[in-house]
Amino acid sequence: AVMAAPMIAEWSWFVALAFGVSFIKCLLINAYHSTDFEVHRNWLAVTHSLPVSQWYYESTSEWTLDYPPFFAWFEYGLSHFAKYFDKEMLVVQNLNYASPATVLFQRLSVIFTDLVFIYAVKECCKCCREDKGKDLLGKSSFILATLLLWNFGLLIVDHIHFQYNGFLFGVLLLSVARHFQKRHLEGALLFAVLLNLKHIYLYVAPAYGIFLLRCFCFTQNNADGSLQWRSFSPLRLVALGLIVLSTFAVSFGPFIVKGQLQQVISRLFPFKRGLCHAYWAPNIWALYNIADKALSILGVKLKLLDMSKFSKASMTGGLVQEFQHSVLPSVSPLITLICTLLSILVSCLDLCICVMFYIEISPEFLHWCIPTFTVNIAFLKALFTLFPTTELPIKILLMLLFTIFSFSSLTKLFSKSGPLLNSVEVAYLLGLVPLELICEFVYPLTSWQHTLPFIPLLLTSVYCALGVLYSFIRLYLSVLAAPSTTGKAKSQ
Amino acid sequence: MENWSLVSVCVLLGLTTRWAVSFSSYSGAGKPPMFGDYEAQRHWQEVTYNLPVQEWYFNTTDNDLGYWGLDYPPLTAYHSLLCGHVAKLINPAWVELRTSRGFESAAHKLFMRTTVLFADILIYFPAVILYCIYLSDGSSKRKVATALCILLYPGLILIDYGHFQYNSVSLALTLWGIVGLGLGWNLLGALAFSLALNYKQMELYHSLPFFCFLLGKCIKQGLMGRGLLLLVKISLTVLVTFALCWWPFLSDPQQILQVLHRLFPVDRGLFEDKVANTWCSLNVLIKIKTLLSRDTQLLLSFALTLLSILPSSIKLLTKPTLWQFKLALVSDEKPVCLMMNELPLMAVWFLLISTFSMLPLLLKDGLLLPYTVTSLAFLYLGVYLLSHQIPCLTDVFFCSNRKGALHLVFLQFTVSLVAMAGLSFTSMVLEPPARLPDLFPVLVSVFSFLHFLAMLLYFNLVQLTEPSSKKSQKKTN
Repeated sequence: AVMAAPMIAEWSWFVALAFGVSFIKCLLINAYHSTDFEVHRNWLAVTHSLPVSQWYYESTSEWTLDYPPFFAWFEYGLSHFAKYFDKEMLVVQNLNYASPATVLFQRLSVIFTDLVFIYAVKECCKCCREDKGKDLLGKSSFILATLLLWNFGLLIVDHIHFQYNGFLFGVLLLSVARHFQKRHLEGALLFAVLLNLKHIYLYVAPAYGIFLLRCFCFTQNNADGSLQWRSFSPLRLVALGLIVLSTFAVSFGPFIVKGQLQQVISRLFPFKRGLCHAYWAPNIWALYNIADKALSILGVKLKLLDMSKFSKASMTGGLVQEFQHSVLPSVSPLITLICTLLSILVSCLDLCICVMFYIEISPEFLHWCIPTFTVNIAFLKALFTLFPTTELPIKILLMLLFTIFSFSSLTKLFSKSGPLLNSVEVAYLLGLVPLELICEFVYPLTSWQHTLPFIPLLLTSVYCALGVLYSFIRLYLSVLAAPSTTGKAKSQ
Repeated sequence: MENWSLVSVCVLLGLTTRWAVSFSSYSGAGKPPMFGDYEAQRHWQEVTYNLPVQEWYFNTTDNDLGYWGLDYPPLTAYHSLLCGHVAKLINPAWVELRTSRGFESAAHKLFMRTTVLFADILIYFPAVILYCIYLSDGSSKRKVATALCILLYPGLILIDYGHFQYNSVSLALTLWGIVGLGLGWNLLGALAFSLALNYKQMELYHSLPFFCFLLGKCIKQGLMGRGLLLLVKISLTVLVTFALCWWPFLSDPQQILQVLHRLFPVDRGLFEDKVANTWCSLNVLIKIKTLLSRDTQLLLSFALTLLSILPSSIKLLTKPTLWQFKLALVSDEKPVCLMMNELPLMAVWFLLISTFSMLPLLLKDGLLLPYTVTSLAFLYLGVYLLSHQIPCLTDVFFCSNRKGALHLVFLQFTVSLVAMAGLSFTSMVLEPPARLPDLFPVLVSVFSFLHFLAMLLYFNLVQLTEPSSKKSQKKTN
């Protein structure tokens, strides 16, 4: 008890941060929620009312189950609490059912599962280096905790739009924290579980796998920090493999036994849906599509192309359909996958060194977090276009809050390394202000609002895509250029 | 972190909380024929926009005083006129004479909420920030913590952004008055408070302390020399402000009388809506309603109100310091915010009580969730932030550092909190017995009244004991 008291006092600021953000989340219970709310309500209903064998076949609602089995079990678990709030939400036929009790339950479930995220952040903070003698607001653990817990993007997407990203990100963060704490097998288990919760994290799997291979399977380094090939431990590799395989077995086993694997996979990877979901995901495909559209319009104007040959479903129509690019070569899903894999593999091997440096919060981390920060702002600006006007002040306020805090604390933390962003980056971020003004206020008042309603979305998407792209390039360059001074490497 | 960023963070947190509360319902939502305060404010925009000034306070065919007639001073009317002009630009249907009665839509709600936010950002937030930076003691961190606590006071947020009111405007103007007087800008202070009086007549509660403070300052500077000049300047400022605000009504004495009649509806009596006041609580014990005639009730009410603020005001007259001024002001609940820095525990406690006292009203408006969340948040953050800024919460009684006294206060605080939580829970969840349908509102009222009485006595005690701490040695401006 003597040891506990100072520890409680030590973490009281963390509890205050956690409570503070939870209070804000509670206040947002009555805010707008998107169709994702209905998606999850439907899944609650499906998993509760139907036997397991029908979960991936059910299609009364258009929002079919398209997450891996562990998430389905997660919804099943939640549904047992749901019935105390409102039994009607668990009826599959009650499409778009959103009684106050339903809203309350679903919102509370997100807030409660965020506890996983909060716990994971605490574990990460424990790994931060000790900042003795600094006041609370200057400590790296405080800054990290605030940037993570009060991440406005997560707040907006999870608690307004409606998602469980906090919970999922928490699992990812926890697995990373476990690696820093040298509990590699736990970390691997957590990541395997995460993949079976939301398969989108497959993007990260190659890098993760390489990292585990490098840091866990090779038990020793040479004096200069480079790999000692002979220290490879097959036992460890087998252990990792067992963990991953058994997790997948538990997850997919029941469906393999029933012969439903094909169906499940087709639900999980609906390649027919296409890559350019009409809400203009700010990524390289948006730019690709712009080029295609521009060229097609040009082509028609110059009478080089025939309008009648174009497919009806244009990308700007706002529908989720398969489409073909008009001028540039169409991109099949397979090619997308390969391109993505290649771009990740380029930096995989050095990424683990970067991660090891993270603990030291050395200047390397600076390069890692600044592009991340820019990506955050730019990417989530794109999400702004998804919300109705009532929520506009909240988005702006939260973004300002996050931005001011980040700038202020990161500047103070890295004051010795020179200015945080160069003038180009500052100009880019400042440019978001006129962009927002034009899209939200000026454009609706012009005459083009009716003829070309997609322009604000388009502008936002392109602008943000540029920012994201730039940040990725900077990140890769900084990682590749990082000196291999692994004298501090800890894998002893 | 630098101070500007800390202050910005506080302001943004305050604004975020306010806007999040605004998603909730407002008073009288979907409840014809009368609706509620929201409809009243909308109606005033309609009346002031469409009718000439001379008809605003009179009962005419176009202006039915029975349906939310104007009963605030002219400045509120001008504010409504301004909002009415903006409303007309956006959607004329919102302020159409007679046909817009009971108008409700999502867009209109957004507009109305925005007007409150706008007024807040323009007037209230700067006043609070200035007050905390220039008129509070302590390190910059402590000042920022104080500002955050004041900005997150649930009572104001719930009434302005939930129920729907513009209380922050009158409170802000009063605060500007305090800031002015505190910084030695006497004319600005007098001007600001005159404006506050012309916005809501309830500010008359604070007029005696303001008057005594200013008079005390004049006396201190010598009534024969500079003091007299100051007195003349202040009087002129006040008179000119009033004249400008009442300008359209000055031409006709009938107009002035009618406005006063609307502002002080002595016909209405004291028992309206079971608000937490002496009368409701006393009535439980002694049936005052039936015992005394209406006129006697009014006289008694006036006398007692005056009596409650007289001792502190007299003290203020003799010793016109900012500290004495603040103590004299806190006879009303909202200025308890000002005590956040010096008496944090008391401030948090009484502000929670004042929020709790509005529970019946908030439940009627469907503001259960914001009430619970903002009260809990305020309590938690208040106790956390302020306990970290002060080595120990012994700044409760200046006179004693005795552990016993401190423990007693904490015990009382905890018991009070538990009782509040219990009463809140029962009000929300349980049905009152059939024989006593108003049981819970009356219980809330009595509970709050007892606390307010205790608060009044406590602050008067603090004023009288006059400790020799640094607080009593504040410069007299």
